[in-house]
Amino acid sequence: MAVFPWHSRNRNYKAEFASCRLEAVPLEFGDYHPLKPITVTESKTKKVSRKGSTSSTSSSSSSSVVDPLSSVLDGTDPLSMFAASADPAALAATTDNSRKKRDRDDNSIVGSDFEPWASKRGEILARYTTTEKLSINLFMGSEKGKAGTAISAMSEKVRTRLEELDDFEEGSQKELLNLTQQDYVNRIEELNQSLKDAWASDQKVKALKIVIQCSKLLSDTSVIQFYPSKFVLITDILDTFGKLVYERIFSMCMDNHSILPDHFSPENVNDTAKETCLNWFFKIASIRELIPRFYVEASILKCNKFLSKTGISECLPRLTCMVRGIGDPLVSVYARAYLCRVGMEVAPHLKESLDKNFFDFLLTFKQIHGDTVQNQLVLQGVELPSYLPLYSPAMDWIFQCISYHAPEALLTEMMERCKKLANNALLLNSVMSAFRAEFIATRSMDFIGMIKECDESGFPKHLLFRSLGLNLALANPPESDRLQILNEAWKVITKLKNPQDYINCAEVWVEYTCKHFTIKKQEITPHPTLKPPILSSQSQPWKLKKREVNTVLADVIKHMTPDRAFEDSYPQLQSIIKKVIAHFHDFSVLFSVEKFLPFLDMFQKESVRVEVCKCIMEVFIKHQQEPTKDPVILNALLHICKTMHDSVNALTLEDEKRMLAYLINGFIKMVSFGRDFEQQLSFYVEARSMFCNLEPVLVQLIHSVNRLAMETRKVMKGNHSRKTAAFVRACVAYCFITIPSLVGIFTRLNLYLHSGQVALANQCLSQEHGTLLFRDICRASAHNRQQWGSSADAFFKAAISLVPEVPKMINIDGKMRPSESFLLEFLCNFFSTLLIVPDHPEHGVLFLVRELLNVIQDYTWEDNSDEKIRIYTCVLHLLSAMSQETYLYHVDKVDSNDSLYGGDSKFLAENNKLCETVMAQILEHLKTLAKDEALKRQSSLGLSFFNSILAHGDLRSNRLNQLSVNLWHLAQRHGCADTRTMVKTLEYIKKRSKHPDMGHLTELALRLPLQTRT
Amino acid sequence: MGTALDIKVKRANKVYHAGYTLRCDMRRSLLAKDLTKTCEFIVHSAPQKRKLTPSPVAFTVTPETLQNVKERALLPKFLIRGHLNSTNCVITQPLTGELVVESSEAAIKSIELQLVRVETCGCAEGYARDATEIQNIQIADGDVCRGLSVPIYMVFPRLFTCPTLETTNFKVEFEVNIVVLLHPEHLITENFPLKLCRM
Repeated sequence: MAVFPWHSRNRNYKAEFASCRLEAVPLEFGDYHPLKPITVTESKTKKVSRKGSTSSTSSSSSSSVVDPLSSVLDGTDPLSMFAASADPAALAATTDNSRKKRDRDDNSIVGSDFEPWASKRGEILARYTTTEKLSINLFMGSEKGKAGTAISAMSEKVRTRLEELDDFEEGSQKELLNLTQQDYVNRIEELNQSLKDAWASDQKVKALKIVIQCSKLLSDTSVIQFYPSKFVLITDILDTFGKLVYERIFSMCMDNHSILPDHFSPENVNDTAKETCLNWFFKIASIRELIPRFYVEASILKCNKFLSKTGISECLPRLTCMVRGIGDPLVSVYARAYLCRVGMEVAPHLKESLDKNFFDFLLTFKQIHGDTVQNQLVLQGVELPSYLPLYSPAMDWIFQCISYHAPEALLTEMMERCKKLANNALLLNSVMSAFRAEFIATRSMDFIGMIKECDESGFPKHLLFRSLGLNLALANPPESDRLQILNEAWKVITKLKNPQDYINCAEVWVEYTCKHFTIKKQEITPHPTLKPPILSSQSQPWKLKKREVNTVLADVIKHMTPDRAFEDSYPQLQSIIKKVIAHFHDFSVLFSVEKFLPFLDMFQKESVRVEVCKCIMEVFIKHQQEPTKDPVILNALLHICKTMHDSVNALTLEDEKRMLAYLINGFIKMVSFGRDFEQQLSFYVEARSMFCNLEPVLVQLIHSVNRLAMETRKVMKGNHSRKTAAFVRACVAYCFITIPSLVGIFTRLNLYLHSGQVALANQCLSQEHGTLLFRDICRASAHNRQQWGSSADAFFKAAISLVPEVPKMINIDGKMRPSESFLLEFLCNFFSTLLIVPDHPEHGVLFLVRELLNVIQDYTWEDNSDEKIRIYTCVLHLLSAMSQETYLYHVDKVDSNDSLYGGDSKFLAENNKLCETVMAQILEHLKTLAKDEALKRQSSLGLSFFNSILAHGDLRSNRLNQLSVNLWHLAQRHGCADTRTMVKTLEYIKKRSKHPDMGHLTELALRLPLQTRT
Repeated sequence: MGTALDIKVKRANKVYHAGYTLRCDMRRSLLAKDLTKTCEFIVHSAPQKRKLTPSPVAFTVTPETLQNVKERALLPKFLIRGHLNSTNCVITQPLTGELVVESSEAAIKSIELQLVRVETCGCAEGYARDATEIQNIQIADGDVCRGLSVPIYMVFPRLFTCPTLETTNFKVEFEVNIVVLLHPEHLITENFPLKLCRM
């Protein structure tokens, strides 16, 4: 094929731009425009037909602006109506009403402010555990006795075999011994499942037996440490049972057509349902043993609703009394807790029963110290201080139920009653756990007094202080007492010998200290009467307030350091840190707390230390509003970030690395030395040496440095002085040195390009084109060559030399993908920049483009891929743009080739020669596609080349004209072309031909036949 | 046509609920299946018209009040007091009362209510008396708190009780025993005859 010469079309970018622009049409006053405010004038008689506005006949007589959205609503919208009626009197009335309503609701439904049992469950299961062996003894079918003993041996055998198949058949007994806690939990879960199965298969009797046997397990107090958890597990089964029975009876009430409403009355219940319900109660009333009878009846308490209106209110007090028959105080208190739980669910308004449970419990309180209990403890080898806390979950629950929305007087009475009893630490603890925090907080000093008086041998004191601390973290004690409270409490806490006890307590009190002895910035207001010097009014309160926190932290360090006690308490220590940083949003203050950093040193296990560092950084990123240069913050955070960075090793997960990098980047972005750019750069230098293992951080640093260079340019308004020019070159050098240490190939490529653009914008070229003309360039000084390393060309050259290294497949989000499309994208981007990069005097014309073309030529492209040709087409576009007299865009203060060469004919000739080579390549490739399977590709590639010529070539040239006609035919030759596209293209050509200077296209259009479908 | 109708009445009280069952079988010719239908029912006697007078009983149990004791000196000391609200009971209403363990040297194991049915058949040669335990209800489990009243509460089982019946040669009567079990092996029983009626 002959070589086709290339003739670029001359472009007048300005004119093209102007012709592409949409014409601005002024809007007439009456014309409709969607963004124009709709003005409604009084128009009741005159109908204005305005498209899109539905409010044309709005009754609004004002000429105010009406929003089309609000105009849809006929009349006032409900929200503004509400606002309008919000005059004080009306408001008071409504709130009054709603309060009354709420009060009424309170009686029947427990509000969301009541902490539900479900939230306690997990905590109890986690806290009350045992390593001792447990047993489950299930004995089914005691009622029948030995009725079937006189059967033949044969049938007996069959019977036992059947029993083995079904554990819960009559007369089977099963004792499971030596269960670990997990086994036990699993068994109970199995029982729960078999209960559901039995129920589903209509074996109601079996279901009842399972429930009875399960509740019987609650009378067993062996392995007493596990009792609270056992209670949780078994009451789950009871809850299931209660629900099943209720739902079944409820479903029986449904007639064919009507469903019983939620708040039904017993009259609506039909006789069959009533009879079934009654039957359940009769069956349960005949259960021989007290504890199962109690629990099972309590579990179906709700079913009383079917029988009579007063059923529940009669039943609850009776069940409350029934608990008195339970001798073991622990078993009985849990029975009461269950009753309160069911009671709160079914009838929260029956407060009397709750109170009665509480007072009954107080009456039996002395039993705990009685012989029976003491003997049992000796037998099981359990000490009193570990026995008493077993009561807490049940008591806390009972206390919580009672104190819910309870009047102050009742709480006071309860507290007084508790005070009177001897050894009341246990009660005191529950009072503190369950009562409103405000109630406790206002009486903090009383409580401290009471705690001090408690017997040392009983309930552990540190638990009491912990409970008190929890309240004080939620509610505010009287202002005047705050310091005294802390002093009194800490006096006791600091004396705790066991590090575990100590830290559990300290953890809670740290929050108190942080909450009440730190203040937010806005709270600092100068004293109204005094006018102290500004310095003391601002810094003094801070100093004063952080003192307590510092003292507390120091004390924790003192306690936890001996014998490396901190190793066992990382969770608590971590929580302390979290509490502290939650209250210190100003990091300069935080780091000036002397003991804060020494405290961090206690986290010696790397994973924990990194966790803590992450927390701190998260809070910093969240709360640091303004960039900082505070040396205290910088030093501390650099240290923290370094810790995070140094934890990265070969085994670190990608996600973890990403997280760490995100946090470190957040910090880097927050560091600013203001106008001190040199300091800023040296910070980036330091950061680079510290965080070299995290690629995203390096990327961030490069971007930051580039930004710094651009900032400098902005400050200098584009005219660098000798000093700033040197500084900018330093920035550029920084990037140039840093990029090669990155791994990601496209990261490197894009950063080279980006940094190159920044260098270009800052006139960092290998020579000072700005003032030189083409002739002078030949005399480029040696000095300029030395700075090669910090010039834009260097970046572009580096990028070009990197292209051959691009692998065919790259890993993107864990998947291998072909890289060609990414490379194409990058190269196109690159070409756009190359347009404005001026040539280097020591290299030939268009040396960067030439080098890039060589690289593209040598790159091993995928077989059967046209990417290379697509790139060549783009190169053709680039070269066409380069041959224009004035380029499409420029960088300020950088002379591009257009002004350097000034349309020199030699330059243009070189350019055209390059074009010819590229075109030859394209045509060569098109020829190779003449095979069957490639025809489609040939067609589309041909068309795209045709389009390129159309857009960039000068079709007045005969050869080019002929080529385009050939390409048109080629595209259609094998019927592979999309007819619609061809038609559109032809239409476009015809349209273009009407433009001035484009007349020659008319002739071309005539030479382009459209292939008919036949 | 060879169709037969059988009606059987069967007493069945060992299962959880059933008084009597009425079963009706219809046998039909070869070509048709037999039909069966069962129906449960409970037989009540007619309510009595007379008015029930409550008859409360108070009791005190100490080692001294016991009969049938072999060696009174070996008994631990205890004082149990209580009352039944009435020994004349309406069969549909529970038996109620209170019991207080005022003091006891020995730990208490269990306190139970035992309902006993006494059937007496009389004839010329004398009479036969047959006492059956029909229900046992535990009201206290373990060493109950001293001085705190424990409720006595028992629902009469529907299928095993009937109003007290007294004829010339046949009697059905009911009694309740309050049984206190002490550690290690002491069993104390206090017996109260009841009079049941249906109102």
